[in-house]
Amino acid sequence: MARYLLSRIGQSLFLLLIVSIIGFALLHLTPGGPLSQFALTPGMTAADLHRIAHEMGLDQPLPIQYLVWLWHLLQGDWGRSYRDQEPVLAIIGEHLPATLELMASSTILAVIIGTWVGVLSAMRRYSVADYLATIGAMVALSIPTFWFGLVVIYIFSVSLEWLPSGGIATIGNGSVLDLARHLILPCVVLALVTVATWSRYMRSATLDVAAQDYVRTARAKGLRPGQILRQHILRNAMLPMITLAGLQLPTLLGGALVAETVFTWPGMGRLFLDSLGYRDYPVVMGLLMVSAILTLIGNLAADILYVVFDPRVRLA
Amino acid sequence: MSGVGTSQMEMAAGKPVRQGNRAVRRFLRHRLAIIGLLIILFLVLACAIGPSLLPYNQLHIDLRHRFQAPFMGPHILGSDQLGRDLLARLLMAGRISLTVGFVAMVLSTAVGVIIGLASGFYGGRIGGALMRLVDAVLCFPSIFLLLTLAALTTPSLLTITVIIALTAWMQVARIVDGQVRALRERDYMIAAEALGASDSRLMFRELLPNIVAPIVVSATLNVANAILMEAYVSYLGYGIQPPTPSWGNMLNNAQEYLTTAPWLALLPGAVITLAVSSFNFVGDGLRDALDPHMDLPG
Amino acid sequence: MSALLDVEDLAVRFRSDSGEVTALEGVSFSVAAGETLAIVGESSSGKSVSALAIMRLLPPAPACRVTGRIRFQGRDGPISLLDLPERAMVAVRGGEIAMIFQEPMTSLNPVHMIGRQIAEAVLAHEGGGKTAALRRAIELLDLVGIPDAARRAESYPHQLSGGMRQRAMIAMALASRPKLLIADEPTTALDVTVQAQILDLLRRLQAETGLAIIFITHNLGVVAEIADRTLVMYSGQVVEEAPTASLLAAPLMPYTRGLLNSVPRLEAALRPGQRLPAIAGNVPDPRHRPAACTFQPRCDWAQPDICGVTRPGMERVAEAHLVRCARWREIAV
Repeated sequence: MARYLLSRIGQSLFLLLIVSIIGFALLHLTPGGPLSQFALTPGMTAADLHRIAHEMGLDQPLPIQYLVWLWHLLQGDWGRSYRDQEPVLAIIGEHLPATLELMASSTILAVIIGTWVGVLSAMRRYSVADYLATIGAMVALSIPTFWFGLVVIYIFSVSLEWLPSGGIATIGNGSVLDLARHLILPCVVLALVTVATWSRYMRSATLDVAAQDYVRTARAKGLRPGQILRQHILRNAMLPMITLAGLQLPTLLGGALVAETVFTWPGMGRLFLDSLGYRDYPVVMGLLMVSAILTLIGNLAADILYVVFDPRVRLA
Repeated sequence: MSGVGTSQMEMAAGKPVRQGNRAVRRFLRHRLAIIGLLIILFLVLACAIGPSLLPYNQLHIDLRHRFQAPFMGPHILGSDQLGRDLLARLLMAGRISLTVGFVAMVLSTAVGVIIGLASGFYGGRIGGALMRLVDAVLCFPSIFLLLTLAALTTPSLLTITVIIALTAWMQVARIVDGQVRALRERDYMIAAEALGASDSRLMFRELLPNIVAPIVVSATLNVANAILMEAYVSYLGYGIQPPTPSWGNMLNNAQEYLTTAPWLALLPGAVITLAVSSFNFVGDGLRDALDPHMDLPG
Repeated sequence: MSALLDVEDLAVRFRSDSGEVTALEGVSFSVAAGETLAIVGESSSGKSVSALAIMRLLPPAPACRVTGRIRFQGRDGPISLLDLPERAMVAVRGGEIAMIFQEPMTSLNPVHMIGRQIAEAVLAHEGGGKTAALRRAIELLDLVGIPDAARRAESYPHQLSGGMRQRAMIAMALASRPKLLIADEPTTALDVTVQAQILDLLRRLQAETGLAIIFITHNLGVVAEIADRTLVMYSGQVVEEAPTASLLAAPLMPYTRGLLNSVPRLEAALRPGQRLPAIAGNVPDPRHRPAACTFQPRCDWAQPDICGVTRPGMERVAEAHLVRCARWREIAV
């Protein structure tokens, strides 16, 4: 098992290397390259630019530049924001918690609802409820997240005036209730896609497991249906779902970006769009790298969890 | 249990029917897919012919009828802040969005097929490297990549389409790679190779025809995805630029009018949802029809 | 002698796209307490479906319809299994009638420890606490001859050998001292030596506990070793029933004869080039069964004017010997 984990970690690091090459390539695609920020400074001459380029090592061959960039990256030097000269890593660190809060809460919500819907669909296969769940999931996957956000704002903020239409908290009011009221709408909006995906996969995983011989054994030894569902069907159907959860992470991050924009949620997604608006490329690149690293960590965590929950892998 | 298994399998097998014929029958039985197909045809026709039948041009500014609610005046589906006809704008936007969706699908499928074929066919190091590239690109949330690329380039119809395609080819590549690896070892491939067929002949004449079904399915789903992606980038301001209307950029500043003119936000989104889910339903129906082992909900 | 289990006119029909398919019809037999009845036949002859019908483990209506009568001498008096509400049936399963399956690997849940899976059965029928149930599970593992039972209880299925797994399945089946054990090809997936051990175990358990066994197999060698009586099934029907000794010595139904001939024998080594006699053709498709004798198309004895016209009923040819063949008298000679 240790070998398996080591090889998985090795694979992740290798992928991270490729990811960093893509990130570096994108950085050099920026109009004017990393020099562009200085080109905008008034009174900058071509000679000055040339000198800066030399100081920054931009006249070196690209592979050398890449290695230097990677070296800085590994040391936590992700560059400075063009906007306020703050270190990129610090800026991202400020915005990460809000995004994680949103992602975690919506994932919990989505997993609870999605599991329930998926199991119900599987247990009542081809029933009206199953068809409605199938159609509902398909439509949910087709709704633009931002538009769904606008719809819930229209219903719950504009028409009913039950919930705030944006922000993470009312200024001057830091109560838990206030935070929760702000969280509800973005959390639900972000959960939509996850619920749809999760319920579909849960349905097919449940159907797969329900057809297994050991479920027949469980029935043959006289367990009650509820027991069979909990101990034998759900427990085993959850295994592939762990992997799915890891694979869904990029989609979830992308959804968070959109939800944060609609609800002016001060997280990574907002930061990303603001930075794009200011052409603040160091921050943009930093966020791209962070999102890819989060994805890799998520996949690795899913693999480790799988090992914990499946004795066949654990003891192999 | 063996007894039940066998007899059920025999039942499922039924009388031998020609594969293609059966796929068409299975697809037609998929009611949602048929409805989806009809909606797509309707949308395409409406966007193609509709604008010339309407009294208003999508750019015509009618200041006397600004913010007219749907069905409450001369503009059937209402008008926006400049008094432009919403229906005319929706139809013209549909031309743009559907075109972007189709063309991006063609491009991403082509890229995916070529990379997948090369990876699956050559296998070994080349295949491994190509698939690691796919894995690496998939680590980035596609919206992040899309927006970065869009922000780096000057927005135009072409660049947006290309960029959407660039962030959507990976799934096709994975599917093709997997299928080709499986087919590679079959007898007829080995025979063709032994007869001295060239690599490109093997790939495009022997392998490709055998994996058309999964490619068609994922291409259909890719149209849905591309329409959705166009909506996202345009809504966020990095896609199709006004005054050219697209379904995404029509929602661009709709949020500010949410209290006064909610239809400006609600209608374009509803049309996007309708179009995207239609493509998704068709893709789903195709998958069931083309894969005889799928669990088929009537 | 009153029967422990009495099956009468059992029929099973599955619904499919192309209409209803009869998997089983007119099946009647009984099992006495402490007896071993073997059911033999090719795959899809209906032997497993019969077992699942008794356990009520077939898919629910309308996908599958089960008709007929199944009477069982339960602890609290006679019960009619097909009329029992599902809640009561849950108590019968594993409690009074237990079942083990062909593939012990897939029949055990891979993510739970063996001991826990047996304890579940104990808890379901005997009640008591988890610790007591686990202790009982270890006793049961010991009973079925698993060495170092306490440690083995903490193994996962994939850590055991095939024979061990089947022993664990048997331990699970014995959890609440059932009166009847249905064993669906329990030795088919095992090596020959392990097969013999499992058969020994079942015989020993039967002697110790007075368990009745329905032993489903396609292996006539196994039948000779374990069964008091044998039922031969073909294409969803019982075609011959007799005490095992007389069935093996003087089979009447041509199908039974065919089965016996296709068993390789040590004493009659084949001459070079000689092939083992096999029954020509295949079991008929359940949707297109011949209206008359279902074995007639493959039968060497078939006479179209008799066998192709009416379907023969079960005829009693001796005290405990029944056969479904129009020409058994000529064959017997």
